[in-house]
Amino acid sequence: MFDRKKRRLPEGEPFTDEEFDVSCSGCKSVHKRSELLATGYVCPDCGRYVRVPARDRIRMLADGGSFYELDRGITSVDFLQFPGYQEKIDKAKKQTGECSAVVTGVMRVEGFPCAVFAMDSRFIMASMGSAVGEKITRLFEYATKMRLPVLGVTCSGGARMQEGAVSLMQMAKCSGAVRRHSDAGLLYIALLTDPTTGGVTASIAMEGDITLAEPRALVGFAGRRVIEQTTGSELPDNFQTAEFLQEHGFIDMVVERRELRVTVGRILRLHESAAEEAR
Amino acid sequence: MTAYEKLKTVRAPERTHGGEYVKALFSDRVEFCGDRRFAEDPSIISGIGYLGDIAVTYIAIDKGEDLQDRIRKHFGCPMPEGYRKALRLMKQAEKFHRPVVCLVDTMGAFCGADGEERGQGQAIAENLFEMMGLKTPIVSVIIGEGGSGGALALAAADRVYMLENAVYSVISPDGCASILWRDAGRAHAAADCLHITAEDMVELGVAEGIISEHEGDFDRMCADMKTILSTELGKLSRLPTEKLLDARYERFRRIGVFEEDRTK
Ligand SMILES: [Zn+2]
Repeated sequence: MFDRKKRRLPEGEPFTDEEFDVSCSGCKSVHKRSELLATGYVCPDCGRYVRVPARDRIRMLADGGSFYELDRGITSVDFLQFPGYQEKIDKAKKQTGECSAVVTGVMRVEGFPCAVFAMDSRFIMASMGSAVGEKITRLFEYATKMRLPVLGVTCSGGARMQEGAVSLMQMAKCSGAVRRHSDAGLLYIALLTDPTTGGVTASIAMEGDITLAEPRALVGFAGRRVIEQTTGSELPDNFQTAEFLQEHGFIDMVVERRELRVTVGRILRLHESAAEEAR
Repeated sequence: MTAYEKLKTVRAPERTHGGEYVKALFSDRVEFCGDRRFAEDPSIISGIGYLGDIAVTYIAIDKGEDLQDRIRKHFGCPMPEGYRKALRLMKQAEKFHRPVVCLVDTMGAFCGADGEERGQGQAIAENLFEMMGLKTPIVSVIIGEGGSGGALALAAADRVYMLENAVYSVISPDGCASILWRDAGRAHAAADCLHITAEDMVELGVAEGIISEHEGDFDRMCADMKTILSTELGKLSRLPTEKLLDARYERFRRIGVFEEDRTK
């Protein structure tokens, strides 16, 4: 499958100033990326949070120049010859410039080192296929070896049906890597962003020692429409929002986007002595 | 049979359900109930008993006998408390050094507002996390439908077997067809695309083997199941804990097909 010894760290600058359009899932308005980077991905038209491309998410959290990417070249394969999958992969790659739906690496936040993964909803709804599963698994393995905490920024439509049961197995595979990282006494902070659903909610999103979420982010297992159809019941407006989950005891903190870096930095600092002891 | 015909076969109400396998496979049973958190979920039947001469913890999803029973068991779709009960029994099995046998037959985890409020996703995630580190052998058999995360939550195991006609799928073929072609009626084609049969699972490395249904000869099938389960649990029980856990980790670690461009 892959040779760990031959693994090379990527070269080149992880962030570019290339201009592209990003649309607001709230009001559907389209904005230039540079404009959104300036507002911290807050929609200039409606004030809602715009879904942040993975690389910009890391850029917004990491101390300048501290991010070092891992496993950039891992990409999906249409191994089941699933109708339309290869076209979807090609299109997503072209539109996002990414090889997969997750960016992984190491960075510093407020001076504190941590491993990071950020999922990218523009890439086939950041569904979790083999490429995503492999990258997240490798990241937790790397963090375990290097004794680093992990910050995981989730957003996902769930499992990637185009990869059949193999996609489902990525949930167990990633959970195994999270478990080993945890058993090594290391910290995992999950940051749930809009939308985090299905198989990702039922695995990596809900396995953090500390679970943060962005305001109003949709977080759930089953789809709202599916529930409404199968049960015929009407659901409250706040159903499956971050606030709803916090109310029901599944989220530690709902954190405004502009407060994320400081909050993550503070949590990392509070765990620093534990990390040193473990060393 | 096509993949979709198999799915229809295992979904049929007259298909043998979890509770009947429990009675046939395990003797001297003591049944346990409740998750000690919220409620008892009757869609999961669990307890301890003998598999041959091995004391085991059994956990089985049961779709129910008649309509009333089926409604009570929400048609075999466990609630979060069902998964939490299963986890409680697995931790108990770990404490008393008993192996765990899971029998899986579900369309998927229960899909409803109350399930969401009580953390359906979190319950499944916790099972996966705990099973990947559980210090006792786990063997799972997909006896009918292996529906997505709701099935995997009882199948993050050392060995997974498929009954001959059982299916295992990331999404129901009906749901897949609706998404792909906006036409649930094309579930037949979707079932083929998804590769859900027992043969597919062995080929994809998701399952270790297939157990013959002997054309409906229940006793013969159960005799085969007993033999396979006893043999595998025997082998797994002889492994030192560390080796057992490493092997379980590697079992899932190697699943996945991707390409890697090392120049990037
Ligand atoms: Zn907007």
